[in-house]
Amino acid sequence: MSKIDSKIPAGDLETKWTKYKSSVPLVNPSNKRNLEIVVVGSGLAGSSAATSLAELGYKVKVFCFQDSPRRAHSIAAQGGINAAKNYQNDGDSVYRLFYDTIKGGDYRAREANVHRLAEVSSNIIDQAVASGVPFAREYGGLLSNRSFGGTQVQRTFYAAGQTGQQLLLGAYSGLQRQIGLGNVQMFARHEMLEVVNIDGKCRGIIARDLVSGKLERHFGHAVLLCTGGYGNVFYLSTNAMACNVTAAWKAHKKGAYFANPCYTQIHPTCIPVSGDHQSKLTLMSESLRNDGRIWVPKRKEDAEAIRNGKLNPNDLKEEDRDYYLERRYPAFGNLVPRDVASRAAKERCDAGFGVNKTGEAVYLDFAFNMKYKYGKQVATLKHISNPTEAQLTEFGHEVIKEKYGNLFDMYKQITGVNPYENPMMIYPAVHYTMGGLWVDYNLMTTVPGLYALGEANFSDHGANRLGASALMQGLADGYFVIPYTIGAYLANEISVKSISTDHEAFVEAEKNVQSTIEKLFAVKGTKPVDFFHKRLGKIIWDNCGMARNVDGLTKAISEIKALREEFWNDVRVTGEANDFNPELEKAGRVADFIELGELMCKDALERNESCGGHFREDHQTEEGEALRDDENFKNVSAWEFKETGNWDLHQEELVYENIKIAQRSYK
Amino acid sequence: MNWISKMFSSSLGQKLIMAITGLFLITFLIVHCTLNSLIFLNDGGVTFNAGAQFMATNPLIRIVEVVLFIGLILHVAKALVLTLNNNKSRPVKYASYDGKANSKWYSRSMGILGSLLLIFLVIHLSHFWIGTKAAQFNGTILSHNTYLELKEVFESPLNVLIYLLGVISLGYHLMHGFQSAFQTLGINHKKYTPFIKSFGNVFSILISFIFAMMPIAMHFDIIK
Amino acid sequence: MSGNMNINLKVWRQKNGKSQGKLVDYKVENVSPDMSFLEMFDVLNDRLINEGKDEPIAFDHDCREGICGSCSMYINGRPHGPNQGVTTCQLHMRSFKDNDTIVVEPWRSAAFPVIKDLATNRSAFDRIIASGGFISINTGNAQDANNLPIPKGDADDSFAAAACIGCGACVAACKNSSAMLFVSAKVSQLALLPQGAPERATRVLNMVAQMDAEGFGSCTNTGACEAECPKQISLTNIARLNREYYKATLFSSEG
Repeated sequence: MSKIDSKIPAGDLETKWTKYKSSVPLVNPSNKRNLEIVVVGSGLAGSSAATSLAELGYKVKVFCFQDSPRRAHSIAAQGGINAAKNYQNDGDSVYRLFYDTIKGGDYRAREANVHRLAEVSSNIIDQAVASGVPFAREYGGLLSNRSFGGTQVQRTFYAAGQTGQQLLLGAYSGLQRQIGLGNVQMFARHEMLEVVNIDGKCRGIIARDLVSGKLERHFGHAVLLCTGGYGNVFYLSTNAMACNVTAAWKAHKKGAYFANPCYTQIHPTCIPVSGDHQSKLTLMSESLRNDGRIWVPKRKEDAEAIRNGKLNPNDLKEEDRDYYLERRYPAFGNLVPRDVASRAAKERCDAGFGVNKTGEAVYLDFAFNMKYKYGKQVATLKHISNPTEAQLTEFGHEVIKEKYGNLFDMYKQITGVNPYENPMMIYPAVHYTMGGLWVDYNLMTTVPGLYALGEANFSDHGANRLGASALMQGLADGYFVIPYTIGAYLANEISVKSISTDHEAFVEAEKNVQSTIEKLFAVKGTKPVDFFHKRLGKIIWDNCGMARNVDGLTKAISEIKALREEFWNDVRVTGEANDFNPELEKAGRVADFIELGELMCKDALERNESCGGHFREDHQTEEGEALRDDENFKNVSAWEFKETGNWDLHQEELVYENIKIAQRSYK
Repeated sequence: MNWISKMFSSSLGQKLIMAITGLFLITFLIVHCTLNSLIFLNDGGVTFNAGAQFMATNPLIRIVEVVLFIGLILHVAKALVLTLNNNKSRPVKYASYDGKANSKWYSRSMGILGSLLLIFLVIHLSHFWIGTKAAQFNGTILSHNTYLELKEVFESPLNVLIYLLGVISLGYHLMHGFQSAFQTLGINHKKYTPFIKSFGNVFSILISFIFAMMPIAMHFDIIK
Repeated sequence: MSGNMNINLKVWRQKNGKSQGKLVDYKVENVSPDMSFLEMFDVLNDRLINEGKDEPIAFDHDCREGICGSCSMYINGRPHGPNQGVTTCQLHMRSFKDNDTIVVEPWRSAAFPVIKDLATNRSAFDRIIASGGFISINTGNAQDANNLPIPKGDADDSFAAAACIGCGACVAACKNSSAMLFVSAKVSQLALLPQGAPERATRVLNMVAQMDAEGFGSCTNTGACEAECPKQISLTNIARLNREYYKATLFSSEG
């Protein structure tokens, strides 16, 4: 075990980034034209990075496996994006956003990175608005804000329930502009399958053209992985079907350390599973917790009656309902951070209070606020002094519809139940992964020239991410961090000419990819790829999900090892290599997920404490809250790949100079 | 004048021509319909013939007639170009196609309706316009009795049928064409578009009805 | 498996862009009404892999929550199937009946060539955006976001147009394979915002030129696109596109 250096510049927290920006080496414009950068992934981080770097004059190549860069999964983010603008005059500041993020991450994130994130958050909103992102506005024409979990101010900017879509389309339109100008070359329907290192530096990638199946070699002076998170390791998650760890994992196997893989975020408000056919889970935005109250029945008999369809939840009296978040956390109520809300839901359901057939669902109920918050407001506006209950419902209905209409429609579409009349049923589901490739302050991995941005890196959210911070981080990394920090590396690379892709390192990397593909086809087993993916997902959900313990994790590791064996002996990959072949794509991704799954469990087992999304049952307070061990685990676990199933652990010590760490409390 | 040719070779420019010529042809229809309605005065065609002769001899109308033909030809020619182009844009057709689920049949059948109208127009011109033209050339226009021509043509039940079919095609063609022209011109506003649409429908039905009543009334000797 | 419906599918199978395709019959049994349409295809594909006779059916899909715009099935003569305002991935089997026969085809348009089975190449849309669907502002140049108040109504209309997911259902639905709704959505989004004003004329001219060059048909205002759009983008955007185009041509110094 060794300590690793995060290259955080010295100096005061408040001025660190500004000073660093002014002193980081620059690359002059004529040299930029000769420097090539490969960007893998076209989500918020990838699009914004590629666009900004192309604007600066670098030659950029962008790769995405989707048919268009606009389809990256950033598009599905619903609720919003945080920024310390203090437009609401409610006391927000860069420091508060910084503080909330560190606290929300349960004191497992780097101060310097998080403060930088909070500093640039305002610029992101300016940039997005300037590029035509239609955020929600007030009648006066100024931007509107709402609250998200884990904060007591209104700092979340949003575009109905489609904030991620609007931000991505904004970044995508900038990217398309650079493509049109010839500064960016776009490779859609291409999947990165290997990184190429030459003399200890990352110099390019091997990508597969998913339509023709041909392998291609691409050189770059630097490579940026903006490839998102690995939540799909659980099979069922709110990630898109094709979200995968492959790019990050290949980089990991070529020398990039993987940090905190056990930190996964389970989002409290997703639509519950409906059956074994389920292919993915759908999130209901956290913003719904602004107006929805979460409850289960107080009495088990009522819960059972509801489950059996004998009792309509609308008929259950107020005093028979347990608004358990409001009861346990009066200060934050329904707006506690995600990890806390998820665990509380699991606790109630495990205790037998679940409200759907499977017993794994709680209510998210809008009736109260619909009537008494919004209904009354509208009645007042309409000068109706004694509104009837029906009027209140009708008025409130309109407001709720304007605020959350598309989410309510989506809920109805998926479940067949009208959420305006019945409380929504929700249950936690895997949503985001805080862990990822270890990066230093410059966002560079342990391989020189190889960077990781956005969800693909581990840097800013600690052990738990606050709502509306993922979009913020992706765009911060791409728009405002990498354009500066990449200079620190590239300034020393200006004399390096483009390396021919006939170089032996490229030839060999391609050969490796080719042989893996051949190996997959050669198994000729009996079970489809999804079979293994579902099995893996279940092992990890059961043992490395919302609650973890030593026995479960130990068992999971051996089960995953066995699953890996079985996969390579019994998987059936249909079709051909030189063809459009989604089964082959999936097979490669699942093979990597299986290896990652083992590391996740190993990491969870090594981390003998509870923090944020990592909840170890053997480390909790009497009230069931996460119990950290700051003495031994105030650090980042960074895993170095040795060989399949074998890693070395390195640690980065976390230093808190500006925040007094304490037990997280939302009571 | 590169920009002009660019504009009129673009899909939007060509559609603009369709809309403008379409609306122009609609104004012609109004004049035509008003004038022909003089037969309903039931005065043995005296007023009607006077009107017809005015139209046939007024020099301004002669010029407008030329413009009308240019408009018609443009409307038809552009329709043809656009339709051929549109067909090319979907080389493989759907095996199963449920157009009625998302649009009105007549809005999808403007080409067919227009072709029917064109055939009808040729027949119609051969019935009346050629006779009038010949009279203009022969200098017998002042004694040319268009009313009598009408009576003769509409004695035949086949002709009445042809005219009714023509008028029905016209009605449906207008029902889509009227509001479509405004949309193409960029006139769509939540305050006015509902009115344009209802007005277009009423207008299409009304004008077709009036035109339809002419052969019927004459054939059944409702007007003498 | 949980369901009790039997579904007869006729699915377009086509090896690649160069080969001929045909409709092939498949029977899927025990379909649950809670399944999404794509999950039914997952079940069918699993079976095809297990049987080892036919390759699984290729189709585009990703987020499965109706926002990425990948999924694109033409179902019983309609893009995204019988329900209004939803994508294929959000279509659930409860919208069908036991023993229904369902014909599934790819989007059909010269501008969207078939890659394999139900997957098509929609990069024409990307090229249209690259021709002008943006605001030319480099990173870091922006003023404070609240320096530019925008009337709520304009911002809301702009958002409604920006909700387009670029799935191509409008093209698939249109009898002319016209891309007017797609283009008009982007033109409208930016024309309604003051930020979009400086490039207003060049934007619409370039985007329309690119749209024509891609081989899409012209608009005959049937309204099929609006009726089938999963995000219910309105026809008023097409009227606005027309206006913007004439204005740019006739009155700006561009073109």
